[in-house]
Amino acid sequence: MRDVAIIGIGLTKFGERWEHGMRELMAEAGVKAITDANIGSKDVEIVYGSTMASGRFVGQEHMAALLADQLGFKNIPAVRIENACASGGSALRQGYMAVASGMHNIVVVGGVEKMTDVTTSEATTALGGAGDQEWELSQGITFPGLYALMAKRHMHEYGTTEEQLASVAVKNHENAAKNEYAQFRKPISIQDVLKSKVVAEPLKVFDCSPISDGAAVVVLAPLEIAKKYNDTPIKIAASAQASDTLGLSERESLTELKATKIAAANAYKNAGVKPSDINVVEVHDCFTIAEILAIEDLGFYEKGKAAKAIFDGETKLNSKLSVNTSGGLKGCGHPVGATGIKQAVEITMQLRGEAKERQVNGAEIGMTHNVGGSGATAVVHIMKRAN
Amino acid sequence: MEKASASAWRKFNARYNMIGNVCKTCNTKYFPPRIVCKNCGRNTKMEEYQFSGKGEIFSFTKIHVPSEAFKESAPYVIGVIKLEEGPMIEGHIVDSGKEPQIGAKVKQVFRRMYTDGEEGLITYHFKFELI
Ligand SMILES: CC(C)(COP(=O)(O)OP(=O)(O)OC[C@H]1O[C@@H](n2cnc3c(N)ncnc32)[C@H](O)[C@@H]1OP(=O)(O)O)[C@@H](O)C(=O)NCCC(=O)NCCS
Ligand SMILES: [Zn+2]
Repeated sequence: MRDVAIIGIGLTKFGERWEHGMRELMAEAGVKAITDANIGSKDVEIVYGSTMASGRFVGQEHMAALLADQLGFKNIPAVRIENACASGGSALRQGYMAVASGMHNIVVVGGVEKMTDVTTSEATTALGGAGDQEWELSQGITFPGLYALMAKRHMHEYGTTEEQLASVAVKNHENAAKNEYAQFRKPISIQDVLKSKVVAEPLKVFDCSPISDGAAVVVLAPLEIAKKYNDTPIKIAASAQASDTLGLSERESLTELKATKIAAANAYKNAGVKPSDINVVEVHDCFTIAEILAIEDLGFYEKGKAAKAIFDGETKLNSKLSVNTSGGLKGCGHPVGATGIKQAVEITMQLRGEAKERQVNGAEIGMTHNVGGSGATAVVHIMKRAN
Repeated sequence: MEKASASAWRKFNARYNMIGNVCKTCNTKYFPPRIVCKNCGRNTKMEEYQFSGKGEIFSFTKIHVPSEAFKESAPYVIGVIKLEEGPMIEGHIVDSGKEPQIGAKVKQVFRRMYTDGEEGLITYHFKFELI
């Protein structure tokens, strides 16, 4: 196996991008990434594309070939990866494997979702397909509903409060305000969250990631030649993934994601690091409760201890552990197919020292954590400055 | 949702009567029913099993922003129900004037779920009621 590095990154602004369709978003992020990597179109050997539900959102399937074509990568193989909200992280892992195996040298991985052309209830139906269609969506159990069931149980078992949930959103909006790519640039207060419209009790609008448009692209290369393209290649030190039941109620516990725990354990082992070595992490905060579960399941906090720690400010920018410096899914936006790749873009910026106002001081090791459905897929990557 | 009637029909036994299954090799009960036992793999020996429909609330939420098919019914309460035979399943908790609570006992009832597609086909499903 060869070491793999990220040599180029590109991101669109997330949010309601009504003047741009799916292909324009992909092209915008893609051109930035190949420019950043300083490669020509002919250098790219394969494309992995990710979108969760472009067929439901804009009626367009077959997204990877479209991405390759829009970027002028003539006739190379292109493969779409779909793993619900973890499509991006899963595609990144495929790209990683293609380079690590020695099969390909320069690989482009791009994710997109164009979600704002449909109504909220149509989007809610489309996203519901990330859970169990036959036993959840068919009964009207929405995606926020699934996480609400987890939140309620977490509150019951550990005394987690609505204020603590709200503090996740407050922190992530604070970070998003410093991120030019983010959907929401306005800081909010705990009261704003508590007063916002109820979506699925106890989750309110401000506990939820929004409906977003956006794209993210990275370029991968073998580490041994990465310096040829980029002065600060970022090494992917581990890539791990795990799965679980699609249905939430089939799991033993509603207060942990087993797939996250397993993927994280493998990632730490493969990278030879432990949770306390991580300086900056992008976790899958599709709902405020999800960030609490994530930093517990990733081993940063004991079960039941994270909510208070977040409320107390331990996960703010440049405090004990900087979590979701991009603003996370909550503040930066969540175009589902793009999210897992956007997380890698953010960590790359942090490790390169290019995160401007939201730079984590001395960031050397970073992590991304991308979840599909209510936890049926989890993908964890650990990244390091290659120097 | 327009084509959902065929898929609803396929699940008739489970959705109308709460018939799950049990693996005769290891005695694990499943609801919803499945083909392959999680413990036994290719040595699975499934038989139908009638669940009692009794259980308790493990978690619950009230959904205010629904999916398309449930626009008319919002808000509605959903529970994760721990069935007395072991498995957990999600289901609607019907309004009986009582506030749902974690640990509260429920029993299965048979109710209208939603009206399907342009023909207005009515879909039925098990739901749960507080005892
Ligand atoms: C929460 C949700 C239902 C809100 O949608 P909605 O009720 O249609 O909200 P609206 O579009 O009417 O927005 C109303 C206002 O709230 C804002 N808003 C919408 N969603 C928001 C969010 N998640 N966070 C903060 N503000 C939000 C809008 O910008 C708008 O502000 P404005 O009035 O100043 O323009 C929707 O964002 C949603 O479904 N999110 C979850 C997405 C999801 O499940 N993703 C997959 C997870 S893995
Ligand atoms: Zn068995």
